[in-house]
Order: sequence, then structure tokens, then C-alpha cells
Amino acid sequence: MSDARRQSLLWIAQRASAAVLGLCVVVHLATMIVAVRGGLTAAEILGRTRGSVTWMLFYSIFVFAVAVHAPIGLRTVIAEMRGIHGRVVDVAMLAFAVVLMALGWRAVAAVTMGAPA
Amino acid sequence: MTMLSVRVWRGGATAIGGRFVGYSVPRRPAQTVLDVVTHIQRHLDPTLAYRYACRVGMCGSCAMTVNGRARWTCRTHVEAVAADESLEIAPLANLPVIRDLVTDMREFFDKWARAKGQFVPTTTRHDDFATVAPGSSARRAVDAAIECIGCGVCYASCDVVGWNRAYLGPAALNRAWTLVNDSRDGAQPERLSAVAGDAGCHACHTHQSCTDRCPKALSPTASIAGLKRRTAIAALKGVLS
Repeated sequence: MSDARRQSLLWIAQRASAAVLGLCVVVHLATMIVAVRGGLTAAEILGRTRGSVTWMLFYSIFVFAVAVHAPIGLRTVIAEMRGIHGRVVDVAMLAFAVVLMALGWRAVAAVTMGAPA
Repeated sequence: MTMLSVRVWRGGATAIGGRFVGYSVPRRPAQTVLDVVTHIQRHLDPTLAYRYACRVGMCGSCAMTVNGRARWTCRTHVEAVAADESLEIAPLANLPVIRDLVTDMREFFDKWARAKGQFVPTTTRHDDFATVAPGSSARRAVDAAIECIGCGVCYASCDVVGWNRAYLGPAALNRAWTLVNDSRDGAQPERLSAVAGDAGCHACHTHQSCTDRCPKALSPTASIAGLKRRTAIAALKGVLS
């Protein structure tokens, strides 16, 4: 794949993931505010999230969007602030994306899998 | 007579001994910054190097940094920029200084060439005239960007040019955008490939300094955004080389 095409596709991926994140962050913040102001305990929150396919899907998509969006932006920051370009950065950012996904999905599994408390 | 206190950059870049030198210039009605520089060269120090040609905002050769901001000096009135009767005049930023207020513009125009800023005809002189509808969206996009005079003010004002020397810059990308919308041009895939990527339109952070500072009130930011959309479509279609 040409450099021009690869970077254009990265731009599309970052814009698309930003659109998903915009929606996810609003839902996430609204949920947190409702839960806290409603006086729910951690156990009560887990009771609602565990076994919920809806929350699992929502936060899985959220994590995926973060794992796509953040490394592309970080790649630009590294290139502009440290002057490092090319394959080294691309491989490092791919690894960063994998780590973000692994940690994020692990957290999603912890609050959505298993029987309701 | 009221006098202007003017500090003018003399010499080369800072690293080779460049510095500001003070001059006192008579304040006159309707005086432009270019008038001030010309007065210094003709009456106070004939060794001062600066560049201008048309004096009416057409040629784009007299741009300088005036009180910290890139401007075309022939159309900048002193009263608009020197509220306290003082001026600091320096060469354009982001370009190598040749001497005093003169910068080396080669890098700036080489990037126009790298952005495929040349029209590539698809017909010959033996063919009939091409018809371009004045009201078409492509023609209106060209109209909005075509009046660039190549002064370099946008290039000197761009943060991204400052930290990414390979970046083509607002003017070259704006030029490419006019050709991307030219239905007569025959080098679209090559041009879109040339302007995509970390040295092209995708490096733009949309700070809009170029749009804010353009003396012709153009919006290179909008042109670059258009290039991002076109290169995205081309990438999805697999036509970028």
C-alpha cells in the first residue's frame, strides 16, 4: 500500500473513531452522573452491568474506538515533537493499540461478565 | 513632525549575527509600512535590503513580519499597526533569511511544485474551448481559492510549517485544491497522492492562522479540508499511488 493511501486511511479511521467516541463519551458521562446522583452503590451498579449484553457491546465498542483513535493521534504527536517517523513509530503504535484493547476489554469483561451480583 | 520609532532586522539569521537596528522615520498621512521601509533605505541607510515590486497588493513580494505578525507591507497602513508610533519589522518567519528583510522563497515555491501545482492539460490548441459552468460547485470552489498572490504570509504564520519542515504548507495545498477542482486537468490521482500524508494535507491541525492572516481573505484551511475529503475518497477507491 502506498504511503499516501495508508495515511489517508488512517485519517478516515481517526475521524470515524472520533465520531463514535463523541457519542460514547456522552452516554458514559450521562450514565455515571445518573448512577452517582441516584445513589447506586458499586454492588448495585455491578448488579445491573453483569450479564448485560447491551453494556458489554457498548463498552466493547467504546474501547475499540479508543484503541483506534489514540495511537493515530499519538503517532502524530511523536512525529511532530520528537521528529521520529516511519515504520518504528507505526509498529510501536500498533503495539500500543493492542495494549489499549487488551486492558480495555479486560475491564469490560470484569464489569459485564458473570452472573448478576 | 511626529516621528515613528522603527526597529528593523539587519543581517542574516540570529545564528550569524542578525539583530534589530533602530531608526526614526517621519510619520506621514496614509503612510504604509512599505513607505517606512523605503524611507529608511532611501534616506537613512541605503544598504538595507528588502523586496517589493507592484506596491498595490498584486505581486506578493513585500510580505514581512510587522510587530510580530506576517503582513503584506504595501497594503498595511502604519496607523493600523503602530498604535504607539512604534514598529518592529523583521523578515518572514519559517523561511531562510538572505539578508535584512529578504527571505529565500525557493523552499516555499518548490513546495508548490511538489504539490503538483502545475496545470496538466488534457487537450491541445487544436481542440475547442473547454466549457466550465460558472455556477458549478467545482468552479465556485476554485473561485474561492484562486486569488492567491503567493506572498508567503500564510506559510510564515503556520505553526505546522515551523515544526514539520517537510510540510507543503497552506499556499501550496491551496493551489493544489484549485487544480483538484479544475475539470480540464489531467493529473488528479498524481496530485491527490502528492498532497496526502504527513507532509501534506493530513499534517494540518486546522489552527487557521493561514486563514486569519491571509491578506486576500482566502481560506487555505477550507482548501486543505477539501483535500482531506478528496484524498479520503480516493483512498477508499484505491486510486492513490
